[in-house]
Amino acid sequence: MEKAQTILSETKPIETKEVSGSVALLEALIAEGTNVIFGYPGGAIMPIYDAIYDYKDKLNHILVRHEQGGIHAGQGFARTSGKVGVVFATSGPGATNLVTGLADAMIDSTPLVCITGQVFAHLLGTDAFQETDVINITTPVTKWNYQVTDANEIPEVISKAFYIARSGRPGPVLIDITKNAQLQKFDFSGYTPCNHIRSYRPKPLIRKEYIVQAAELINQAKKPFIIWGQGVILGEAEKEFKALVEKSGIPSAWTILGAGAIPTDHPLNVGMLGMHGNYGPNVLTNECDVLIAIGMRFDDRVTGRLDKYAKQAKIIHLDIDPSEIDKNVQTTVPVWGDCKETIPALTELIQKKDHHQWLQKFREFDKNEFDAVIQNELHPASGELTMGEVIHQLNELTKGEAVIVTDVGQHQMVACRYAKLNNSRSNVTSGGLGTMGFALPAAIGAKFGALQKTVVAVIGDGGFQMTIQELGTIMQSGVDVKILILNNRFLGMVRQWQELFNDNRYSFVDIQSPDFVAVAAAYGIKGRSISERENLSPALEEMLNNKGSFLLEVMVTKENNVFPMVPQGCSVSEIRLK
Amino acid sequence: MSNQNETEKAPGKQEYNITVYTENQIGLLNRIAIIFTRRKINIHSLNTSPSEIESIHRFNIVVNETEEVVKKLSRQIEKQVEVLKVYFNTNDEVIWQELALYKVPTDIIAEKASVERLLRENGARAVVIRKDYTVFETTGHREETDALIKILQPFGLIEFVRSARVAIIKHSEGFNRKLREFEKAEPGEETSENEFLNNGQKIFTM
Ligand SMILES: Cc1ncc(C[n+]2csc(CCOP(=O)(O)OP(=O)(O)O)c2C)c(N)n1
Repeated sequence: MEKAQTILSETKPIETKEVSGSVALLEALIAEGTNVIFGYPGGAIMPIYDAIYDYKDKLNHILVRHEQGGIHAGQGFARTSGKVGVVFATSGPGATNLVTGLADAMIDSTPLVCITGQVFAHLLGTDAFQETDVINITTPVTKWNYQVTDANEIPEVISKAFYIARSGRPGPVLIDITKNAQLQKFDFSGYTPCNHIRSYRPKPLIRKEYIVQAAELINQAKKPFIIWGQGVILGEAEKEFKALVEKSGIPSAWTILGAGAIPTDHPLNVGMLGMHGNYGPNVLTNECDVLIAIGMRFDDRVTGRLDKYAKQAKIIHLDIDPSEIDKNVQTTVPVWGDCKETIPALTELIQKKDHHQWLQKFREFDKNEFDAVIQNELHPASGELTMGEVIHQLNELTKGEAVIVTDVGQHQMVACRYAKLNNSRSNVTSGGLGTMGFALPAAIGAKFGALQKTVVAVIGDGGFQMTIQELGTIMQSGVDVKILILNNRFLGMVRQWQELFNDNRYSFVDIQSPDFVAVAAAYGIKGRSISERENLSPALEEMLNNKGSFLLEVMVTKENNVFPMVPQGCSVSEIRLK
Repeated sequence: MSNQNETEKAPGKQEYNITVYTENQIGLLNRIAIIFTRRKINIHSLNTSPSEIESIHRFNIVVNETEEVVKKLSRQIEKQVEVLKVYFNTNDEVIWQELALYKVPTDIIAEKASVERLLRENGARAVVIRKDYTVFETTGHREETDALIKILQPFGLIEFVRSARVAIIKHSEGFNRKLREFEKAEPGEETSENEFLNNGQKIFTM
């Protein structure tokens, strides 16, 4: 048995070998290049865990503390590595604990293959112990899901799972494997990766005529504006995108999931879009004459009020997913296709230009924003520490080379606004779902996906307590994650809304926290808590220089608001500076 | 037509026939149905059956919606991994039928009305005639099958059932040629028509 396994994973066997469904699954994962799995065992997935016992040298299984932590770790891994994240969970409660992460991965297009154990096939539908209808629960939050009841299906189903998860617009796939199929021996004739499914066309055919039309619009434009999203990163088209931006000379702004596709300090990178984005990009969205949207989906947090969004502009929308075209914003020229191909095709047809004066407008808005918001946020002369200055000091030390993982809330918006990012795949955040509790487990996965990088998880005092148990995963795996808690002793973002829109009626946002440094210490993780300005830089330095994980709690001012802000229901040009 | 009343009720809305070609896959019906329920859209009629091609299934879905909504729904449906192709058409672009069955007490029918006349005038056919009851069958549009209900009501209509709508697209050439295109590793233009280019044609396709 042992021998058969080694042979199988090294070369494609010519003859068939009799193996269990569980072994076939692990061989398939190895053939797909998987080397790390985030998981949690249980009754219905025990045969797979029994098999992985013999695969410890090839598959690094990380035991998480909760399946939600497992799937967020898988997401973090996928986001930094560009590979498919793999997650194991048992049936029933194990599988239902994955749902939040699936929804998050679905809306943020993160490639995952989740394997759940399921009760024996003959027990399906009998309300067996730990039986839940995982396929139906997860249908709306998976790109594809499938229940395997016969081991013979495993090689093909796993190959389809990986192909679907990573191709086209990526997304999470869940494969539910009944226990009998995990145990069943069958003739395994090797693994063939999938590269075609007749009913599935991951890449729409590129229509040259649209590229030509788009180029014409761009060439005639006086005030063109590029807005980009994660599509550029998922399409691995960062270089192509940079070439387009530089040749066209067009000011370009990003959604939070697009951050880092070109460096933050690139001269044509004019900043962040959306509710807490930069002033210029929001206001000038309603002034540009051609809006070129690349790999982004016009989320309402980006567009604000739709009927007052870029109405004056002709809109070019490049996307791989045809269902995104015209979904929220009516396009003038739709460019369907993989941006790795459409962007260079477009770049070739556009004229080299310099939109100096138009770019200058962004700079003027920057100046306003700096004076009204940024100056006080990043360089406060006195008073309590601000979130912005923490991120600013962090930038000074990481020089933009770290991976920044954020949770959800004020600290997330501040970190996304101010973090310096030199590299693509160095900003990991829960954008579409806004899942509190995402950052700590995602940072664990992010580190496994980018071992050579420093990974800093920026987390609020509220969100940290949602998945705080993953400190145990850090302790046991020895993964090096820097945890930076920005503690404002409030559920800050909700408090901000209550202050601004509910007449200061602070309803259940006053959250108490344990001694985080002591909690970390209990897990064997070094930590420190600071509240004074003079300690900030040294403490950050201590955190970054520490060998291994470190928790730094920074007590920040309690009632700061994140500005600018496009209030809900308002147009992007009604963005408020205070 | 029935959709005219509905058009009055909701401006811009009319009946659309959504035709979906899919793989024969467990769970796909649910995957398609939740695209409607998530948006709180009522499915008026749903029929699923094998198509002219072995292993390929065909869904006929009828909704009363605006073209814009139907277009977005269709794109979401076509995005599903096991869906090959989606078409959407207004009622005048399809030939459609519904089948209805009516169960009536035989003695009353025999006593009060000439069965022959009923059958003739309503294009109906007796499927079963027993001592105790008779089952009529008719196919047609909603108004036609509705009309027969009214006629049979005074004769003690016991039970009535109507099938989902089945519809054939007038301008369609079927799916055989398309399927061969789908089976290629590098599908050609056939598989990725898009409505921006094809909107001169009668068939709206994704
Ligand atoms: C799982 C989940 N529950 C609730 C929310 C709603 N929510 C958004 S931001 C926020 C407050 C976050 O507080 P904290 O983690 O302390 O971060 P801060 O905003 O103070 O930086 C809440 C409750 C959410 N996004 N996710």
